[in-house]
Amino acid sequence: MASFTLDINTTKHTVEVAEGTSLLWVLREHLGLTGTKFGCGIAQCGACIIHVDNIPLKACVLPVENFAAGQKIRTIEGLSENGDHPVQKAWIEAQAPQCGYCQSGQIMQAVALLEENPTPSREEIKSYMNGVLCRCGTYLRIINAVELASKA
Amino acid sequence: MANKITSVSRREFLKSSSGIALFFGASGILPLIVSCSDKKKVGKQFEKHPLSAWVQITEDGEITIYNPAAEMGQGSMTSLPVIFAEEMDADWSKVKVEFSPQELEIYGSPGWAPGSKMMFTVGSRTTKSNYQLMRKSGAQARYVLMHSAAAHWNVPVSELTTANSVVSHEGSSKKISYGELVPFLAMPATIPDFTEEQLKARKAFRLIGRDIPRTEIPAKVNGTAQFAIDIRLPEMVYGVLERGNLHGSKPTLTNESEIAALDGVLKIVRFDYAIGIVARRLEQALNAKKLLKIDWSEAKATGFNSQEIYSDYEQIADQNKTGKVILEKGNEANARQNAAKTYTADFKNDYVYHAQMEPLNAVIQVSPDGKNAEVWVGSQQGMDPKLGVPEILGLPPENVNIHLQYLGGGFGRRSMSDFVAECAILAKEMAPLPVKLIWTREDDLTYGAFRPLSLQRLNASVDSQGTLTSFSHTVIGDGGDLAASGVQNDHYDIPNQLADWRETSHGIRLKHWRSVGHGPNKFAIECMLDEIAYDQKIDPVSLRRTLMVKSPRALATLEKVSEMADWNGPLAEGRAKGVSFVEHDSLGTGICEISLDRSTGKIKVHNFWIALDAGIIVQPDNVKAQIEGGIMMGLSSALKEQITIENGKVQQSNFNDYQILRMEDCPDSIETSFIESSENPVGIGETATPMVAGAIANAFLKLTGKKLRHLPFTPERVLEALKS
Repeated sequence: MASFTLDINTTKHTVEVAEGTSLLWVLREHLGLTGTKFGCGIAQCGACIIHVDNIPLKACVLPVENFAAGQKIRTIEGLSENGDHPVQKAWIEAQAPQCGYCQSGQIMQAVALLEENPTPSREEIKSYMNGVLCRCGTYLRIINAVELASKA
Repeated sequence: MANKITSVSRREFLKSSSGIALFFGASGILPLIVSCSDKKKVGKQFEKHPLSAWVQITEDGEITIYNPAAEMGQGSMTSLPVIFAEEMDADWSKVKVEFSPQELEIYGSPGWAPGSKMMFTVGSRTTKSNYQLMRKSGAQARYVLMHSAAAHWNVPVSELTTANSVVSHEGSSKKISYGELVPFLAMPATIPDFTEEQLKARKAFRLIGRDIPRTEIPAKVNGTAQFAIDIRLPEMVYGVLERGNLHGSKPTLTNESEIAALDGVLKIVRFDYAIGIVARRLEQALNAKKLLKIDWSEAKATGFNSQEIYSDYEQIADQNKTGKVILEKGNEANARQNAAKTYTADFKNDYVYHAQMEPLNAVIQVSPDGKNAEVWVGSQQGMDPKLGVPEILGLPPENVNIHLQYLGGGFGRRSMSDFVAECAILAKEMAPLPVKLIWTREDDLTYGAFRPLSLQRLNASVDSQGTLTSFSHTVIGDGGDLAASGVQNDHYDIPNQLADWRETSHGIRLKHWRSVGHGPNKFAIECMLDEIAYDQKIDPVSLRRTLMVKSPRALATLEKVSEMADWNGPLAEGRAKGVSFVEHDSLGTGICEISLDRSTGKIKVHNFWIALDAGIIVQPDNVKAQIEGGIMMGLSSALKEQITIENGKVQQSNFNDYQILRMEDCPDSIETSFIESSENPVGIGETATPMVAGAIANAFLKLTGKKLRHLPFTPERVLEALKS
């Protein structure tokens, strides 16, 4: 066990966990930030996407010890106070989610896309979002939501 | 409200099957919720006054309606309360929705057996099975309000009307809102058992048929939507199981003392088919799981090779001995003998996996005195509303409380409660500590319960005009209906038909997978029709138009979709369209437009059009979402998905080697149109998925003259077909 201090959603959190524990388990099971989801554990599905210093990363493969040096971690819970980030609003307008399980990861990836490229083309959206799986098949609505958000 | 035909007593109206009196009159409260430790929640609960077992209201007019179905993305948290609110004349802006308790007698909808009740979200039955129940229950809640207003004003109920959460009295112009009525709530001695004629006429609907945003979507975009995997309880410990990759194999643990000594490990629990570990923390449990040394026994599946089994299946198809006859009409053999031309073809499909995004999990806590248990689970429910937990824990069902959570996908996998049973066994061992059981993705896939591999042998014959005179369909595979559902051609007028299922058995775990046997069987049927049309030089839509002559509702979907897709219109170079029809409760015809990269064998689906007759559409945009999702899952399974078994062992383990559709492969558009109907709603969740493979193969035939007869159409198989 070791002690790590993490900067998550602008708040400092200290956890006692073994080195090598994934940031995903730390967020979900130790800190209760359960909006970030577990889907595959091998960075294939994107359900666990968070931002580290504004870069979207898959938390399931990030060892906690590498992220305790003041990096700014942002999760779905830190995206907005009241669920009213433009991307979240666009997601509601497009009625994008079905089961909803992958959507935190989708939204975090889309926010990163729009921060990097505010007016992506359809092909750019598809390419940037390709790493986030949705089994319910909401892809067309996600594309629509990203386009709505980019116009907002 | 006139013409009360039958009535139920107030006692019956409010009673619970579990022996807990749910409500004590108009100001009653739910005992279960009162025992809740969250003070704020308790306070809120005290403000709610039940009108019936289905609905509660506050003086502010906030209405809480219970949803009796699972919410797995199909929209039950909105569509069912909408139906209820429609009859209750509730102000939708004031409606909140919660899951109902798992109490069959109160919240069950008509089951499969006559007179039975079920709480089971399977077979696309959410709206269909609950439609009348929700209407009637909504009408009853409205009746309680009207009765209370009538007593308050001392006027006859018959002089009252309701709209948007307000009761009005015509004669005196008095009005009172539902919330304002709370202090005057008076339970009538009897409540009418409303019949269809006493319910709202369709033209009076103001919620049903309108697009209403889904109630749970805001929580699904801000991370607060709660899935069972998100549950955290004080003192909670974590359970994981190693189940191996050979279904039916028995484990022998060879390093027990090493595992028991690992950091955080609390207990090793032996299952017939697995070794379970409970640890203080999830990462500790997973670490111990990785270090397990297990000798696995041989099993029934040992020696089974899925990709080699098709030759055995062909031999079974060659035998003259029919299997279980599913459909027999006219004299198929005779018709074939006298035909101008006969056709035969084999269609194959590999195992596919559910791949719901939330791996299986549950949280269960047995109380310190061992007399009660709390279960948090994302489940499609079951024939047993308590999901088998009472038997495992040795408790009466009323002492087991199921807290249904959102499902991170179901698709049939969560209609099987194997994971709930595992969690109950661990919780019993660890009582009174709560146990969270998590399946890793590898567990979920490797120990999956797949749609069975199967082979369809189809025979057909035509007369000298090219008219179909006979059709036979033999399914070879494991799992009965899991392989054989969907062989019926109720909407095709073919005089002589035969369908049978021939059983095989390999020891591989199987389960309903969205649309079940319809996937492989509709693929086979729809391809066979196009292969005949191609050979007879008949347009595939014209061929189906002739076959649908006696089924105007099916025909309407064909005509509509041909128009939507501009079937006879010009096509871009290198593109082709294919058509496919499916009945799965609702009727739908789909058309897709594809192109092909002949060097890589990759098929690209550009557009999909579908016309659907599903009766009254309660939530049009939500049905469209379901159709879009159904098409996507159809595309994914038709183009990519494949579980293979070697020497009984599942060869895939995660999304790196079990590919599902990604955004790059989604079509440019999916366009859905509804056929106007006043029939009661029927299921829509499984109609789109099974039409995809047939539509693609039929477009491919038109584009290349080649046949795709083995699912999935991987690039290798496409290249092979091109060379044939």
